[in-house]
Amino acid sequence: MLISNLEFMTGKKVTKHLGLVQGSSVRAKHAGRDIMSGIKNMFGGELTAYTELLQESREEATERMIEQAQAIGANAVLNVRFSTSSITAGAAEIYVYGTAVILDDPS
Amino acid sequence: MEQLIYVAVFVSLGYFFGRRAEKKHFKSLIEREEKMNKLPAMGSRMPPQDGKYDQVLVSGSVCIANDYFKTFVAGLRNLFGGKISTYESLLDRARREALLRMKEEAYKLGADLVFNVKYETSNISGQSSKKPPIIEAHAYGTALRKL
Repeated sequence: MLISNLEFMTGKKVTKHLGLVQGSSVRAKHAGRDIMSGIKNMFGGELTAYTELLQESREEATERMIEQAQAIGANAVLNVRFSTSSITAGAAEIYVYGTAVILDDPS
Repeated sequence: MEQLIYVAVFVSLGYFFGRRAEKKHFKSLIEREEKMNKLPAMGSRMPPQDGKYDQVLVSGSVCIANDYFKTFVAGLRNLFGGKISTYESLLDRARREALLRMKEEAYKLGADLVFNVKYETSNISGQSSKKPPIIEAHAYGTALRKL
């Protein structure tokens, strides 16, 4: 499955558009991480635990998007966008969407 | 009275450690940016029209916490309005770090160019104004490798 945030690819033709596909994932931070981040908030610096958490969350959302694209018979997803929103204190939603297409040469 | 002392201690601790961390971070940013200069990242939506390219989506992200001093200064600034330079440097650091991580990932894959770079910034500490902000910067783009 080819994932890209370009709208088209040089030398490859889109033979069919299949519409929008999406995936989302909501993750909360667990208490231990929250306490650590409270301490970090005094001194500043990177919160590695959160970075990893959001990274995992993004991977899962992308995974779901790919599943959906495969289900409708696409071999590529173009023009992929990410968005993040914090719903309540302690939870973030990651949303990924893109256009599922069939390319003539998906390598 | 006791509370005032707590605040004073936290502000000075935040100032001391926060500034040290920020200086170190800026230094490493400049060093790594110089190293990554050979891999250009572009905001252009048009991929190059010549030749065939292998492509893959790359991304980099970072969560950065505010220190107590910055939060305190921003709180004061909120009374009078105006530029909050402590937050500006925080966001600057976060974005540059995210872009660098994206470039480093692209470099590992042997890419020549990164196209259509998009930034996304969000506050992940929630809507409550009591909690100090945690900022997440995320940069993503399409890495191209000439075949």
